[in-house]
Amino acid sequence: MNGISIDRADFAAIAQWVNPGARVLDLGCGDGALFKYLQRDRDISGYGVELDDANVLACVKNGVNVVQRNLEEGLREFEDQSFDYVILSQTLQAMRNGERIIKEMLRVGREGIVTFPNFGYWRNRLHVLRGHMPVSEHLPYQWFDTPNIHLCTLDDFERFCGERQIRILERKVLTEGASVTVMPNLRGALAIYHFGPG
Amino acid sequence: MDATEATSAPASVGVVIPQRAAFREPLPLKCGRAIANYELAYETYGTLNAARSNAVLVCHALNASHHAAGVYADEPSNVGWWDNMIGPDKPLDTNRFFVVGVNNLGGCHGSTGPLSINPDTGAPWGAAFPLVTVEDWVSAQARLADHLGIQKFAAVMGGSLGAMQCLQWAIAYPQRTRYALVIACAPNLSAQNIAFNEVARQAILTDPDFHGGDYYAQGVQPRRGLRVARMVGHITYLSDDEMANKFGRTLKHGRVNYSFDTEFEIESYLRYQADKFSGYFDANTYLRITKALDYFDPAFDHAGDLTKALAPATAGFLVVSFTTDWRFSPERSREIVHALLKNKRDVTYAEIDAPHGHDAFLLDDARYHKLVAAYFDRVFDVIAGGAA
Repeated sequence: MNGISIDRADFAAIAQWVNPGARVLDLGCGDGALFKYLQRDRDISGYGVELDDANVLACVKNGVNVVQRNLEEGLREFEDQSFDYVILSQTLQAMRNGERIIKEMLRVGREGIVTFPNFGYWRNRLHVLRGHMPVSEHLPYQWFDTPNIHLCTLDDFERFCGERQIRILERKVLTEGASVTVMPNLRGALAIYHFGPG
Repeated sequence: MDATEATSAPASVGVVIPQRAAFREPLPLKCGRAIANYELAYETYGTLNAARSNAVLVCHALNASHHAAGVYADEPSNVGWWDNMIGPDKPLDTNRFFVVGVNNLGGCHGSTGPLSINPDTGAPWGAAFPLVTVEDWVSAQARLADHLGIQKFAAVMGGSLGAMQCLQWAIAYPQRTRYALVIACAPNLSAQNIAFNEVARQAILTDPDFHGGDYYAQGVQPRRGLRVARMVGHITYLSDDEMANKFGRTLKHGRVNYSFDTEFEIESYLRYQADKFSGYFDANTYLRITKALDYFDPAFDHAGDLTKALAPATAGFLVVSFTTDWRFSPERSREIVHALLKNKRDVTYAEIDAPHGHDAFLLDDARYHKLVAAYFDRVFDVIAGGAA
């Protein structure tokens, strides 16, 4: 992979869709690594949102402006249509109410970008066929201590969007950092969607 | 002076010497009056750099003073009120920053206040001392900054009422405030907050020793009123859980005595705090500080719109609240954050899960202190990068 880590491939795919100078809200921003990447690569401004104390501290250390809040409670501090992009990276599957956060994303932002592990990836299917919940690079937890409570496949997410007048603008599917175009719901490990109002 | 003589925590700034600055130009006050001559007591820690870009102003809250860190040579146990925050290698690192602590106008720790002699009468100001506001304090602090040759503060920092002064700095002097650290703050007092202040004031105002505020000539202090005022205040600084943990229903003598003497530990604690406070604090100052708290409301002149009130503020903000603070709850800090977000300002907000209530901002909590330290790293990088 020419030394590009899998995370960077994920970041690079997101960065491709973000216009330079955009205002970005990164939900569940972790230690701010993606935000920092976009600051350098796309000269963005905006904020991260994070609940975990250690991550909030890491954001401050990374020079990322972060607002500590629980995403499950919505995005009350943020005004309608105040961002160009709202990003939800590797967090959707851990949300109690995924539908609400997607709606909130399109309330405060013009467009959304979401990434999640594709449960339809063949390795995951194989785990289930063998009678076990999958444990893998993108799903690293055991069933009993996983924060991931709402897993879905590419097809599930696209149906979800279709039923809610959410327009998918672009899609990128990655496996081990490489782009997957043929049979992505079976061969893709990580889904990245760019979407807007229908 | 050898800093090792100090009895405060390790890495103290050591022995400090309070200073005074006299101002001759009348200071117009929000109430419509002016103070012709006044002095401000202040302390500094660390060294102002050649570019004069590393100064941090620390604003005090209700009962504190300019003595924010270190100790006095003749009072080695008198440790500055924010000594756990300010010092070499502490979150506000005096190896990097030049820190200024100032006693506010109307105070009783050395700055001109009701205790001071009014040059027009030759007697203490007493009741005649004006009702000063947060805005007035900040105007006076700005003149102290002029006096010290500080055009722009790298940061203005404070907790509670001190944090209100940070907001006011950012609004009134955006070009002089690079960063604002707004800790345990509220954009104004709630009716409940004002109610507690009014109870405190009534306790003082109805004390027979108050004499309408001119008690100095009578050789008395309205100590009883001040004691009750302090007790009420203290209750609001602690969380219910913290009081339960610290005191619970523990009895001082192991059994009840069916008397009005101290029976529960909490009573003993409140009485001790009240005695201590009434021994060093001036009642007229206390009255004025509670009024300054009540009056502070930057949104008032903007039809209640805090976003408009904060529009002039261009500083980078760190807003910190504490989960168990019911006096200035996290919800109130979120109002400030909301307004800053709406103005698209550089803002970071952290909600520290601490059990101690409002007083948490004064305590040494690792998460809180690490956060402030990391933020000051950012401040330092910016000023060191010449972008100050």
